[in-house]
Amino acid sequence: MQLKGAEILLRCLQEEGVDTVFGYPGGAVLPIYDALFESSIRHILGRHEQGVAHAADGYARATGRVGVCIATSGPGATNLVTGIATAYMDSIPLVCFTGQVGTPLIGRDAFQEADITGITMPITKHNYLVERTEDVARTVKEAIYVASTNRPGPVVVDLPKDVMERSIDYKPEEVEVNLRGYRVLKGYNSGQVISAVELIKNAKRPVIYAGGGVISSNAAAELTELAQKRKIPVTTTLMGMGAFPGNNYLNLGMLGMHGTRYANYAIGESDLLIAVGVRFDDRVTGNIATFAPHARVIHIDIDAAEIGKNVDVHVPIVGQVKEVLQGINQGLEEVAEYWEWHQTIDRWKKEFPMRYGTSSEGRIMPQNVVEKIYDLTRGNAIITTEVGQNQMWAAQHYKFEHPRTFLTSGGLGTMGYGLPAAIGAKIGRPDLPVIDIAGDGSIQMNIQELATAVQYQLPIIVCILNNQFLGMVRQWQGLFYGGRYSYTDMSHQPDFVKLAEAFGAIGLRVSQEGELNQALEQALQVTDRPVVLDIMVEREADVYPMVPPGGSLSHMLGGDEI
Amino acid sequence: MRRHTLAVIVENRPGVLTRVTTLFRRRGYNIESLAVGETENPSISRITIMVMGDERILEQVTKQLYKLVDVIKIVDITDKRSVERELVLIKVKADVNVRAEIVQIVDIFRARIVDIGKTSLIIEVTGDGGKIDAIVESLKPFGIIELVRTGVVAMVRGEIK
Repeated sequence: MQLKGAEILLRCLQEEGVDTVFGYPGGAVLPIYDALFESSIRHILGRHEQGVAHAADGYARATGRVGVCIATSGPGATNLVTGIATAYMDSIPLVCFTGQVGTPLIGRDAFQEADITGITMPITKHNYLVERTEDVARTVKEAIYVASTNRPGPVVVDLPKDVMERSIDYKPEEVEVNLRGYRVLKGYNSGQVISAVELIKNAKRPVIYAGGGVISSNAAAELTELAQKRKIPVTTTLMGMGAFPGNNYLNLGMLGMHGTRYANYAIGESDLLIAVGVRFDDRVTGNIATFAPHARVIHIDIDAAEIGKNVDVHVPIVGQVKEVLQGINQGLEEVAEYWEWHQTIDRWKKEFPMRYGTSSEGRIMPQNVVEKIYDLTRGNAIITTEVGQNQMWAAQHYKFEHPRTFLTSGGLGTMGYGLPAAIGAKIGRPDLPVIDIAGDGSIQMNIQELATAVQYQLPIIVCILNNQFLGMVRQWQGLFYGGRYSYTDMSHQPDFVKLAEAFGAIGLRVSQEGELNQALEQALQVTDRPVVLDIMVEREADVYPMVPPGGSLSHMLGGDEI
Repeated sequence: MRRHTLAVIVENRPGVLTRVTTLFRRRGYNIESLAVGETENPSISRITIMVMGDERILEQVTKQLYKLVDVIKIVDITDKRSVERELVLIKVKADVNVRAEIVQIVDIFRARIVDIGKTSLIIEVTGDGGKIDAIVESLKPFGIIELVRTGVVAMVRGEIK
């Protein structure tokens, strides 16, 4: 049948199971938007392309499906870049369709022309410039396939206007995905799994170090089985939050720079580290030379390039985390407690619990806000964050019970991620409360997306932990730069309550601890619009405990008092 | 640390060379020499890359390259029995007094004179790294005006590909 390139694009998306896209129109994508006008695909209109990309990313993280976004050429495409890099660092399946000037104009510095395939080369898993309408169908299918298989990641497809406009005879049965340089990994080396099983059987002080790979491989159940069977304590990375139930007695919380003392001490003393879907990031390991010094290391990951990248590994296993864990679990019998090891850990937990002080100014403690949010939702909510102190407090004080309920920019550390990600998450999971734990700095980076949330009547809750500072940078200035608070004071800020109301959202200010619970309860009752809680918190609260950058996990600062 | 020769078999498409070189730059690996061209199959190109590094760096380079969708195959031919060749053009100062001497050097290295100017010669030489370094050293005293190298290409001996 005769179809325009744009119609083929939408048809192929539907064939691949895509029913929702996030986007922002513009000149070069007019043909695509014209086709969308009559399509059954749901299009969510953002207010800035960065927000659009984060929303598609949040949708992908919350649902496990591919996130799809559309932006126009030139500035539309370059505005996506931060969103693409965010998804790349956290291995999120995202497909971005960008408009491009017509093929005769490419390379002539035409109006709104940008070389987006060149720009995004180092931050995409793969990208395409489609030069013929005949290639549209195959490229769309390849893009979704590449984005969502093996180690997931973002793929950019650049679509010149004339390629979208031109009609061809489209024969779906003739569309063939042919990637001789890309194979989906199946199975694993069973000999290595046997070696891993032997190491686990003989370990006296094992620790599981679990990351985002467990979540993207949908392997939380298998990980929990392994931990329960062998009574192995589990620590998760920021990206691994929710991979193991937060309330399980084996859960040590997060490790690394702002991890719990007991998680970091357990790493330091362990004789076997079972690293699952992780990449030994510097924020996790601190000084790599002193990381897990007594441990043999089993490293399970889908990406062979992650194995041996930062640390030497005794048993490397390349494969789907889910399949590999199933294989390991089959080889293991259930055991009683590791008595001595658990006693040691329990002692650390008693001695160094996660605690924080009280406010000197009678203001609300930010950690307390996160705890209240947990008390009211008990892990049955999706929490997104911005970046900085708000992000660390959320990770430290909320107990995540389920995978895909903690959405945060872990690798890139993108301020302004939380609000648009919450929008995407709510679109994908309307059944769950969605709460963005924000800071007063970060929230201003993509505040325009409140309009999107109002338009689609999304009852997301934005909790601004308002300390009128760029808190994490201020904290480092306090610790490492002699308290010279250079340009981190943010006391000049909008009235967030009025701002929320101007957007058509509900705005509430919370200045006293006594008002907090009621405000949160009230926000959770709302069903038809977003709520912004402007929570005035202790101005100079710091995130503790802390491993100073480049320091060793066994030497943490603070955590006893603020 | 030693020099490795990698044959990287890639899709013959625009942008593929950029993907490969961008990866080297981003990960901080230095390319010593690079040569690209179409193979017996016009849909496939072959990039010959020489890179300095220990085993760990080589392993990372290889694994990262394999992650590029357009990379089909990588062969480390460093330790394989192989033929390595590079072509170099050298423009050297040569007035009548020294021409005979230069011609002698050219003969010894089985190189060729491909252009004769009033006071200069262009010499074409093919060989592996050692031979080329040697002829360059021998010609230096006469004054090298310009030198251009193609980059090394390499092929494993025997029937295996």
